[in-house]
Amino acid sequence: MQLNKSKSIRQLLTAATSTLLAGTAQHVMAEEKIPWQVDSAFLYYAEKDRVTVLEPVAAVRKDLGDDEFIGVRLVFDSMSGASPNGAIPTDTAQTFTTPSGNSTFTTPAGETPLDDSYQDVRAALSGEWETPLDEHLKTVIGANYSTERDYSSVGLSANLAWDLNKRNTTLTTGISMSHDQVSAVGYIPVGLTAVPTQSGVQKSLQSMEESKDIKELLFGITQVIDPKTLLQFNITLADEQGYLTDPYKILSVLDNNGQLRANDPYIYEKRPDSRRRQAVYLKANHQFNTDVVQASYRYYQDDWGISSHTLNLHYRYELVGGRHYLQPHVRYYIQDKADFYHYSLQDNNIPTYASADYRLGDMSTTTLGLKYGLVLGEFHEFGARLESMKQQAEGDAPFPDNTAIIFQLNYSFLY
Amino acid sequence: MKHMVLLTLLLLSILQTACSSMGVEPWQRGHLAKQKMQLDPYPIDAFLDEHIYFSKESSKGGSGLGGGGCGCN
Repeated sequence: MQLNKSKSIRQLLTAATSTLLAGTAQHVMAEEKIPWQVDSAFLYYAEKDRVTVLEPVAAVRKDLGDDEFIGVRLVFDSMSGASPNGAIPTDTAQTFTTPSGNSTFTTPAGETPLDDSYQDVRAALSGEWETPLDEHLKTVIGANYSTERDYSSVGLSANLAWDLNKRNTTLTTGISMSHDQVSAVGYIPVGLTAVPTQSGVQKSLQSMEESKDIKELLFGITQVIDPKTLLQFNITLADEQGYLTDPYKILSVLDNNGQLRANDPYIYEKRPDSRRRQAVYLKANHQFNTDVVQASYRYYQDDWGISSHTLNLHYRYELVGGRHYLQPHVRYYIQDKADFYHYSLQDNNIPTYASADYRLGDMSTTTLGLKYGLVLGEFHEFGARLESMKQQAEGDAPFPDNTAIIFQLNYSFLY
Repeated sequence: MKHMVLLTLLLLSILQTACSSMGVEPWQRGHLAKQKMQLDPYPIDAFLDEHIYFSKESSKGGSGLGGGGCGCN
């Protein structure tokens, strides 16, 4: 009896120890098994006769267990090429000083003036930490920093997501703040003052550098409709304060005959020092058999007088075998101009604020693209996309079209 | 702003009425759990698009917070 009892205790202890050891071993293995998700991409963006951007991106995300995640993203931009300076084409050649003021460039008669001294490299680092606060509530805290020769930005964000109704409804709220520093080449000119037309002539300077502060709020709701349909609705509000002008952009000033005025034919642009933006956004995902359609619409407006509509549509078409897919993409954007947008100005009628930046004008953008994806395994995928983008004038201002090619390679894997 | 408020109220009321009768049971989430059915299935694609259109257009926001942070030309 005694022997049997001691034997059974020994058996129990052995079993318990084995279970414990096995559990520990499994735990250790589980910890070792959670890999890093690595997401990488290379973007080539090239505008016809204008800017070219090369942009490699690498992002990693780690599951820390218990629904906790950390993620880091690193981006480099290399930008070069020409950008419209805001002046209009004329029937004679025009000469401009570069932003540094040390050299000049000449635009032939009848052509839109493009400043080709533009070249910059930008690095951006961002990180986020996602953690549950309870069974139905999670938070994501993020930080980002970016720097380039004439601009730097630092920002923080916090999001809360609350699951309701068997996790079929998620309410989201978020806040973000950023502080940007503008340190332009050739310093910050006083808005609406004359642009030097000869190198070595000093422009009127406002300061060496300026800054702006941006605060944003988000309220959102995501709803599962049925096993194959998901809806998202967001509202975002933003408040920007500080230097919101582009220090490199200028305007042409015309005389009563419609010719460039003889004295000071160009002046620097000037935008208001505050901006309030609002956007509502609706997105729907639906799966047909194996294909997935994703459609979104955004209505945007701000107190600069700009309002816009954006439609975005992706259709993921699964090819035979389920490992390859093709994804056509259509995007259409149309905006009404800012109140202070002017194609050119009239002498003796200079407003308080003015910009000839076509991106503030009546215009539309149409993008057509196709992505090919090759699914190699769980979170192991290769993708390539090719898109064409065309921006064109939609109002009276006859600025030329801007067309661009977007080519991107993606590779995602577990490490 | 008036249009935005009206549109928001309309959408919220539709969602409010509809939400209680919509949704799925946990065992019906097979399709929804797939990467391709996530709201943002390819975050880098979305991030790069956001960067391009923020630089070339005058609108911002809607899909999320942040973006920008560049003196884009």
